[in-house]
Amino acid sequence: MDAVHLRNLTAAYGGQQVLGPISLDIRPGEHIALVGGSGAGKSTLLNLLYEQVRDRAALVPQEQGLVQSLPVFHNVYMGQLAAHSRWYNLLNLVWPRRRELQAIEPLLEKLGIREKLRTPVEALSGGQKQRTAIARALFQNAEILLADEPVSALDGPLAHVVMGLMTESYATSVVALHDIDLALRYCDRIIGIQNGQIALDDMTRRLTPSDILPLY
Amino acid sequence: MFLSSTSVRITAAFVAIAILCLFAADLAITTINPWQDLAALFLGMVTPDFFSLEHIGTALLRTLAFAFTGVALGSISGFLLALVFRFRAVRMFCAFIRAIHELFWALIFLQFFGFHPLTGVLAIAIPYAGIFAKVYSEILDETDPTPERVLSRKVDVLSSFLYARIPDALPHLITYTSYRLECGLRSSAVLGFVGLPTLGYYLESSFSQGYYSEVGALLLLFYVLIATLRLWARPRLIPLYVIAAPFFLGDGLPIVWGNVVRFFTQDIVPSPLRDGEGLPGLWHWLSDLAVNQAMPGIWNTLVLTQIALVLTGLVTLMAFPLISRHFGGPTRRGLGHVVLVIARSTPEYVIAYILLQLWGPSMLPAIVALALHNGGIIGHLIGRRSNEITLRPDAPKGIERYGYELLPRLYSPFLAFLFYRWEIIMRETAILGILGIYTLGFFVDSAIQNIQFDKAMVLILVTAFLNIGVDAISRRVRARLRLKVSMTCEGH
Repeated sequence: MDAVHLRNLTAAYGGQQVLGPISLDIRPGEHIALVGGSGAGKSTLLNLLYEQVRDRAALVPQEQGLVQSLPVFHNVYMGQLAAHSRWYNLLNLVWPRRRELQAIEPLLEKLGIREKLRTPVEALSGGQKQRTAIARALFQNAEILLADEPVSALDGPLAHVVMGLMTESYATSVVALHDIDLALRYCDRIIGIQNGQIALDDMTRRLTPSDILPLY
Repeated sequence: MFLSSTSVRITAAFVAIAILCLFAADLAITTINPWQDLAALFLGMVTPDFFSLEHIGTALLRTLAFAFTGVALGSISGFLLALVFRFRAVRMFCAFIRAIHELFWALIFLQFFGFHPLTGVLAIAIPYAGIFAKVYSEILDETDPTPERVLSRKVDVLSSFLYARIPDALPHLITYTSYRLECGLRSSAVLGFVGLPTLGYYLESSFSQGYYSEVGALLLLFYVLIATLRLWARPRLIPLYVIAAPFFLGDGLPIVWGNVVRFFTQDIVPSPLRDGEGLPGLWHWLSDLAVNQAMPGIWNTLVLTQIALVLTGLVTLMAFPLISRHFGGPTRRGLGHVVLVIARSTPEYVIAYILLQLWGPSMLPAIVALALHNGGIIGHLIGRRSNEITLRPDAPKGIERYGYELLPRLYSPFLAFLFYRWEIIMRETAILGILGIYTLGFFVDSAIQNIQFDKAMVLILVTAFLNIGVDAISRRVRARLRLKVSMTCEGH
């Protein structure tokens, strides 16, 4: 993939500038963590990023973007809607295709929600919903993964499994995280946001938790 | 003061207007023995005579068939319109077709399709399409937009709509459509009063012959039909009903296509233009129509509406405690539910028709009919709302509980529902003119009786614009009071 160059991104809310101007380069093969206190502007930056690279990105928004009354299977399949004709999509909606089931089942297996394949999302727990949203992004297989607090509802070991899967499946990713340890462990570049500005941008190997803590 | 001063001021203003209107209204009871007739009717209700089951069966079957076919057609067209509802022209078109009452549509179609089933089906389908379009588009707009946002931009529109929007909107669309089906049953029943083969037709013929026990049987079965709607109208059976319904509409009379052509090329063209009197003739014709029919019609419609609106409010405030868990035990509430079901299941047209036979022609039957029916509906909604309120254990009882605990908490939703129904009350007021009260419907009906379809069309247009105007005012009042109600069968 090509590198992403973003220049002078700004965001305003109610007439007041809340983010930027921010300039940022994302190089292929980079796993970037966005860290910072709540309200610092991580989600705003991630959403702006998504608008810029929408055609080649998969997004896991904080609110997950799941269709509550559809089963897990269809929600995950939605990552690949663009790869099929509308008639195939229509058929798969009323009568799930074996080919898609076979592709999605192993993915759910890895995330530990295989038995939920046919369960409507509204009947899932918070952590299961979050994994469904991640499965959709993984199934989409885009160039870049953008994820906003993707493991906030998952407990320790599961959070590691999911972070591992995401890093493995996507060569390039930008993930907003509030857990500093996860950021240090799974990402090779850390960008700290404070008051809508970049307050820290460095390679992980040069950082320790004490460098990041002042951001909070 | 326990209420915000705005809602008190608005209430006071509306009450004052209604009192002024009382002076302008004709409220006489002209029949010699009104109470004796009323007693005879009640006697008929408690001694229902299921005279010929075949007769009643046909009446109910036709009522169901017209309701299902009309609502289904309206729902499909309304859904398609909802997809393009963002266009102003579509929104105006929908506002216009729903501003014209089912009975007016029926009167129009009767002139050229005659007593063909299409007349009844379209009379329901067209205004319902306008209502469905508006509510469906609101439901679709309120669906969570994030699933669509995470989709790749390369996803085609149909897939995106079917996967990301429809599934979560579907339960709401179905709930609203089934609410509307209940309204459709009432509309279908009322269409019988203009000669279509539904309940109203049989009701009118039994009534005019004084067979009150037959009237009682027809009404009771209609209540049972509506009260058990949820039992027999299961979601899985609906497609079956919709497919079967068109086959039970009856044959009616064949369409004479010559009539259709004549209606559009001659009948509805203003007569001065038809007779070549040119613009001065047209101007004279229009001003005559405005002064002698439209103006008195509008005046009476407004007067009646304002009185009925305030009386509806009064009935509501008296009726909601009947089903509120803060008053009385389960037995009393059960009885209260029966009373309110009867009040809201009987179309105002039917109540007005009955009262008019008993009391003679004046505004009184119409006012009472509108207040009973609409008060029953809002009373039901407010009563349910009151059941969501939890009172502290030592809250006062009786009238103090009503005045200090419940009324202050329920007054805003009460006003919201009442103003929501303002336009509906006006629509109905206009239509009740067909029964002989001098509202707009009276002038429309007499123009049609005199075979002056050109005049009838102008008067129907006037009625539609009056409804659109009141709807706009009501929306502004609700916005000023910051009132919002959830959608129901009744408010659209």
